[in-house]
Parts: sequence; structure tokens; C-alpha cells
Amino acid sequence: MSLIDLANPSRFLRFAGRAMPWLAALTAILMLAGLYQVLMAPDDYQMGAVVKIMFIHVPNAWLAMFVWGVMSIAALGTLVWRHPLADVAAKAAAPIGAAFTFLALITGSLWGRPMWGTYWEWDARLTSVLILFLMYLGIMTLWRAVDDPSRAARAAAILTLVGAINLPIIKFSVDWWNTLHQPASVIRIGGPTIHASLLLPLLTMAVAFSLLFLTLHLAAMRNEILRRRVRTLQLMQAATA
Amino acid sequence: MNLGQHAFFIVTAYAAVVIVVALLIGWVIADHRRQHNILRKLEAGGVQRRSARQAAASS
Repeated sequence: MSLIDLANPSRFLRFAGRAMPWLAALTAILMLAGLYQVLMAPDDYQMGAVVKIMFIHVPNAWLAMFVWGVMSIAALGTLVWRHPLADVAAKAAAPIGAAFTFLALITGSLWGRPMWGTYWEWDARLTSVLILFLMYLGIMTLWRAVDDPSRAARAAAILTLVGAINLPIIKFSVDWWNTLHQPASVIRIGGPTIHASLLLPLLTMAVAFSLLFLTLHLAAMRNEILRRRVRTLQLMQAATA
Repeated sequence: MNLGQHAFFIVTAYAAVVIVVALLIGWVIADHRRQHNILRKLEAGGVQRRSARQAAASS
């Protein structure tokens, strides 16, 4: 099956049904492997055991931005190519992205209290991630507010592309402004500054969370296709009644 | 494993992730069952999509 074949919703449903059990199993295996590595990882020489929060905070923060990136590509698919699955993909990704962003904020806050002495600071990184979370909620509200999925898709796609401006702001906020949040220590020019004993569990957890997103996204897309079929049938039923 | 004096923050952070991920998985499964059941009821009531009618006619 080629990638273009997946543009057909029926073919996509068959593909998702076959792929999801394998993806879910792989996610569970990697998550367990990652958690084992987290348990075995040494404490940080400055932070002590609190460094363990990094293994869940960083993957969630990365995915918070990655999911908006996926939605932005899907938004282009809706506006430019009118791909039949593009707005399905964007709509299905929004609640998952919101959940990852929420977790990035919560775990960051719980990491910040013992390290910085405060749960929250209105610095550029924290504030821009909070704005990302509010944008996710806004997109989800927009999808619910407009009854016709194709009209909602165009409005949501425009809003998503405008909101994508926030992604480089989040990424470079620690370089552009004086922030309490530490600068990048993994994805940076010059390579990671984290010791391999902490980097390996972090990368394993990042891959595990990415697979979790992929699995949940496929499942949510399948649900959205079914929801649209239900809507079509209900409209047909109402028209014949 | 000794989580030290900040154990509360570490345990709470991991618990939050477990709860939110479990809610996400539960939501996806429940939503699938709901949509699947509604679709089955509608089709059982004789309402079919055009592509399903064409497939049935050609077989």
C-alpha cells in the first residue's frame, strides 16, 4: 500500500486497524524499557533525584511542540491540497497535543518548585508554552463551535498556521530572553551537554512518548472518520424522515 | 531507590503523567465504542452510505 492510498478513508481505516495493535505493543515495550532505565539512572550531581522528572518533562515538552507542527502540516494539507484526511488528522491531534502540553506545564512546575523555589514564573519559556496550551484549547473549542466539519477545518487550519509562529518563540525563548528556564541541553549546536547515563533514558522515553502519540493519533483519526460517517448517515436519515 | 527529600515532587509528576495518559487512552477507546455502536444502529435501521449501497449492489 502506497502513502497516496491512505488518502482514502476506508483504506486508512483498514491500515489503522492493522497497525495499531503493533504500535501499541511497541509503545508499551519501549515505555517499560525507558522506565527501567530511569530507575537505574544515577542522580544528578546538582539536582539529586529530582532529575528523574526530566525523563517525563522533556518528552512531553518536545511533543507539545511537535504535535502543533503536525497540525500545521495538516493545515497546509487542508488549505492547499484539500487532502481528505488532513483536517481529520489536525482535529484528532489537538486534544492529544493539549494533554502533552498540560503535562509539560505540570511536570515543569513540579520540577521548578524544588529547583527554583517557585512553581511558576512569568518568564518567556513558561509563558510561551502556556500560550501554546491556550491555543490548543482554542482550536478544540473552534472545532466544537462550528457544526459543518469542512467550514470548521478551514478556520482551524488558518488559526493553526498563525499559531505556528509560537513554535520558534518557544524554542528560542531561552536564547532571546533572560529566563529562569535553562537553555537547550539536548537539541543544540555542539551536541548534547547531558552525560550519556542520563541522555540514554531520556531518548528512550522520548521515542516511547512519540510512539504513544502515533498510536493515539491513529486511533483518534479512526474515531473522527467514524464520527463523520455517523453524521452523514444521520443527515441522510433526517432528510428521508 | 531513594528519592531524597523531594520525593513528593517526583512521585506527583509521574502520577500526573500516568493519570493523563490513562485518561487519553480511555477517551480514545470509549469514543471508538460510541461511534461504532451508533454507526451499527444506523446501518441496522437501513441507512447506508452511497459507497456501501454501491458495494452491496455490485456484489
